[in-house]
Order: sequence, then C-alpha cells, then structure tokens
Amino acid sequence: MSNMTPLPLAAWIDAFVEWLTQAEFIFGPLTDFIGYIISGFEWFFGIFPPWLLLLIMVGLTFWFAGRKIGLTVFVLLGLLLIWNLGYWEDMVLTLAIVLTAGVISIVIGVPVGIWMSRSPVVEGTIKPVLDFMQTMPAFVYLIPAVAFFGIGMVPGVVASVIFAMPPTIRFTNLGIRQVPTEIIEASEAFGSTGNQKLFKVQLPMAKTTIMAGINQTIMLALSMVVIASMIGADGLGTAVYFAVGRNDVGGGFEAGLAIVIVAIILDRLTQGIGASKRK
Amino acid sequence: MAKIQVENLTKVFGKRPGRAIKLLEQGKSKDEILEETGCTVGVNRSNFSVEAGEIFVIMGLSGSGKSTLVRLLNRLIDPTEGSVWVDGDDLARMDDKGLRKVRREKMSMVFQQFGLFPFRTILDNVAYGLEIQGLEEQEKKKKADEALQLVGLGGYGNMYPDELSGGMQQRVGLARALAADTDILLMDEAFSALDPLIRKEMQDELLELQGRMKKTIVFITHDLDEALRLGDRITIMKDGRVVQIGTPEDILQHPADDYVAKFVEDVDRSKVFTAEAVMKRPEVLTIDKDGPRVALQRMKKEGISSLYVTNKDRTLLGIVHADEVSELAEQGSEDIRSVLHEDVPTVQKDTVVKEMIELLTYKNTPVAVVDEENKIVGIVVRGSVMALLSGKEVSAVE
Repeated sequence: MSNMTPLPLAAWIDAFVEWLTQAEFIFGPLTDFIGYIISGFEWFFGIFPPWLLLLIMVGLTFWFAGRKIGLTVFVLLGLLLIWNLGYWEDMVLTLAIVLTAGVISIVIGVPVGIWMSRSPVVEGTIKPVLDFMQTMPAFVYLIPAVAFFGIGMVPGVVASVIFAMPPTIRFTNLGIRQVPTEIIEASEAFGSTGNQKLFKVQLPMAKTTIMAGINQTIMLALSMVVIASMIGADGLGTAVYFAVGRNDVGGGFEAGLAIVIVAIILDRLTQGIGASKRK
Repeated sequence: MAKIQVENLTKVFGKRPGRAIKLLEQGKSKDEILEETGCTVGVNRSNFSVEAGEIFVIMGLSGSGKSTLVRLLNRLIDPTEGSVWVDGDDLARMDDKGLRKVRREKMSMVFQQFGLFPFRTILDNVAYGLEIQGLEEQEKKKKADEALQLVGLGGYGNMYPDELSGGMQQRVGLARALAADTDILLMDEAFSALDPLIRKEMQDELLELQGRMKKTIVFITHDLDEALRLGDRITIMKDGRVVQIGTPEDILQHPADDYVAKFVEDVDRSKVFTAEAVMKRPEVLTIDKDGPRVALQRMKKEGISSLYVTNKDRTLLGIVHADEVSELAEQGSEDIRSVLHEDVPTVQKDTVVKEMIELLTYKNTPVAVVDEENKIVGIVVRGSVMALLSGKEVSAVE
C-alpha cells in the first residue's frame, strides 16, 4: 500500500471550500440573519433583570416539567449558584447560542423529516448524510464554519446546527412512520387532503417522538458550546476553554457545573413540553 | 341500478403486476404466481354488486383478500385492474379531487382496531369527517353530537378514546362514520376485536340502526355466524376469489363447492333458517263449512291426527284432534266448534327454527305459521325441521 499514490482528497475538499467561500453573496446575508437571531435572544433575555429571569426559568420548569417540587428547588438553587459564581452573563450567551441552533435545527429538520417519511428514496438518500453529520468529529465543522462565516457566535451556531440537527430529522421521520396504518387510513377514508392528513393526524400523532428528537438536538447543541468557543462563540464554553488553557481545575469545574445545570433545565423543559399535557 | 358495482376487480401486490395478471388469465393459482413472479395476488378478478339499502357481507378467512377488497372499494388501495362503480362513477379512474369528494360524501368507513385519533376528544373524533369538509363549528358540533346520541354515547363527548372500553370505542368509530351522513358504510371487521357478548350486542344495534337508516353496508368479517346474522347477502372469498354470493339460506342450502360446504357444515342452521323455509302448505278446515266427517276424511288422507281450523278468509281459529272429532261424529253432531282448541302455538314467517323446536318437542301437533293478520300461511312439522337440521334439502311452500 505504501507505494500507492494517495488520493488528493484533502486538496479537493480545499478547492471546493475555496470555491464556496467565493459565494459571499450567500454567506454574507446568512451570517447576518443568524446573527440577528442570536442577538434577538440576547436582547430578549437582557430585558429582564437576572433575578426576574431566574424566577421565570424556575416558573417555566415548574409549569412544564410536571410540577415537581424537588426539580424546581434544584433549578432554583442551581441558577442561584450560577449567578453567585458570576457566570450569569455567560449563561445567557450560551442560552442564546443553543436556542438559536435549536430553532434553526427545528425549522430545517422537521420539514426534512416529513419529506423523508413520505418517500423511501429520500429516506435512503438522507440517512447516510445524517450518519455522516453525526459521526464526523465535531471539530472538523469548525474549519469550514470559520471559512464561510468568519469568527464569532455565528459559525459556532452553524457548527452546532450541523452536529445537532440529525436527531430532529430522524425522530420526525420515525414519528410519522410509526403512526398506525389504520389511523392513516381513517384519515384518508374520510377524504382528507395531504395537508389535512399531515397537520391533523400525522404531526399530532408524532408529536411526542418529534419532541424527543428536539430534546436530543438541544442537548447536542449544548454539548457543542465548548468546541464552538474555540472559534469565538462566547459563553460558558469560553470559560471552560480558558480554564483548560490555564490548567485551572477549579475554574473549569465551576463553568462545567454551570453547563450541567443549564443542560438539566433545558432537558427537563423540552421533555416536559413533549409529554402529553392531558390529564 | 346497483349502488356499488364491482367489475373484474384485481389487485396484485409486487413489482411485476402485469406479468402476474397474464398468469392469472391463464388460470394459474395464487401460489404458482407467487413462485413465478414474486407477486402476491390480493384480489382476483372479482365481480359483484351491492344493492342500495342492503347489508352485504364479505366473508373469508385471513389471507382471503377481504380486507384488500374493502380497501379497493374506497381506493385506500389502488386497484391493478378493474372498476368500482359507485352511483355510476368509476372510482378506479377518478382523479384525487373526485376521489376525495366520493370519500367525503358517499362512503365512510369503520375499522377493526377502531382507528380513532387518540389525541382528540370523542366529539372531535366523531366530527373529523365534517371538520375536513370545512363545516361550521356550530353545525359540526351539532351533527357530531347527534351521531353520538345515535350510538348511545351522548354524554361522552369530552372524554378521550383511551378512557373508553373497546365496545364504546367502536361505537365512536361507528358514530364517526354516521356523522359523515354517507349512503355507504364500509365496515372492516368492525366487531372482530370485541369480546363475544359485546360483539353480539353491537350486531343487534347495527341491525336496529340499519332498520331505521337504510344505509348500504359492506361488512367484512371472518366469522360465519356474524355473516349469517347480519347479511342480507353474503359473499364468500377464498384466495382473492369470490367463491359464492347468495343469501344466508342459499349458502347453507346450496354451497357452491366443497370449500363452502366444509365451511358451513358446523353452522347452527336452526339459527339461520326461518319458519318460512321449512313450512308446508297447510291443510285446514273451514268452520261453518266442514264438519267432523270431512275432518276425519282429510286427516286420514294426509295421515295426520290434527287439523287447523280457520275462517273463510283463512284467519286461524284453533285446532281439532282426531279422537275428539271421531267422538263427535259418532254422536252425530255437525258442529266442530265444541271440540275446537283455541290455544294453539303460532309463529311468524321470520321466526327462526331454533325458537320453534321447543313448541315441536312437547306437543305432537304441527306449529302454525301466521301473518300479521293472524291468517294461516303454513304449518311446520317435526319432520321438516329435523331434515333441515340434518342438512338435507327441505321443500318449502311453492
């Protein structure tokens, strides 16, 4: 093998990416657009003083995550801890990035999942792409993300979206395919149009599964924050990244703990929304 | 004109339906075609018509193609060949828009596992068909509510399907179909998932509802007893083919082939056949006209020991027995009124044989069959009932 000429795969990819970066007219507006969403979230969270935002988050967890007293107390203490340790601003930034990545993933992922569920050909084509997106080491996305979107929050979001979107697509597809045949037949037998079938039957039936996918997506996006911090996406990830650079075990632990607390809150919230609220 | 007319309807599942159809036309069997082409024949060149207002039962074991057949009727499955004429339009060649119109306005369906939407309330489930037609909220609610009342679930509108028992869920399924107010009701093994007692109750209710609503019902079942109970006519299917079409009595009396014969051999025939099928033309005495001597002579000729007595217009009055009539004759009396027994067992034409067996067991007299005006139309004797139950042909009154 050693005397075989290696394929110039890296060179090809470089050339392709080089060519793509010329497409400024696409990436410029896209960067701006994603930037607006992030600052929108930042602005929104900035309206409230920290104590009020804290209470709102505690209230939301209580309301949506099944009114569990223990969880609510944990969330209250956890957020107080983050505030106390001085990570509040970082946490808000992290939330903005994660929610932006989450929203973009849902807006793209759910329709793609629906499309997949309708055709075996589309499903067969997209599935390997999803496998690729998820198994390619997340660090690799940073390079083209920087090339197209520069340094900062936006490429961080883009890398997060690529890495985090697959579960939403997969679970949407799965959820729709799992709807029992008889229920689909019932909807068709009464003369539903394709859209009526989708919005009145398939999506409501698949809701729990789709929400499980969205939950996974948000968790994956959160897991990207440390990696994204390497290309300038600020927030809790940056704190961890710096602590690693300075061999600061205590500081790294503090910031890491803050990420864990945010993760638990987001996880319980999205799970709670996914569970049927009936009864 | 028939409400639904099915012509040469064929469904082949698989990648080479064209080849499979050629083989079908050459008379190859389902198994041979599967082996040669990898295609499964679901329904094989079926022809039948369903008349308005009848319950048409399609009956077959699993794999016979009955569920495929009913889905071809509203094109949940696209036919490979053939036509389904509904009110003169061929469903098989309709575009999507036309098909939706037919599904909304002409036929609705009830499913084996109910097919209810678990996230909708009972009322919203029932209203589904109306909702997708864009009916106004008020009107929709009103109609859905009426349909729920009809199946006896008036107060349950705000509950969810998983809060109801199986029988109640299927009532909801039925109500959903009724709410759409279509002429045709397709019922795919609608009662098969219910336990036997509830199933019987639902069958009775369906018959009762049908008596009032006069829908055209295509009812799929694998249960012969159910088919015989509900069906005005029954189609027996095997391997995707229609083997026989006929009334329940037809099918029991004249099975088209060994398959059907074997199928029906264990049926409790006494529950299917009615007095009409076993009664004979009655020999009667007309009061005021016939005296004891005529009576004795007629008994002797027929070889019987009692005779029914009627008016001139054949209204049943009672029965006379040979021993008493001959005593009367010896006394020289002419009037048979004195030995007339007015308390006689009577049945209607549509009384099933099962209900007459007891009457025939304890008394040695035939049972009189009368119409609504108490006029005698026939008599049933033990011999014909026994012949019927043993599976022999009985000769009904011509």
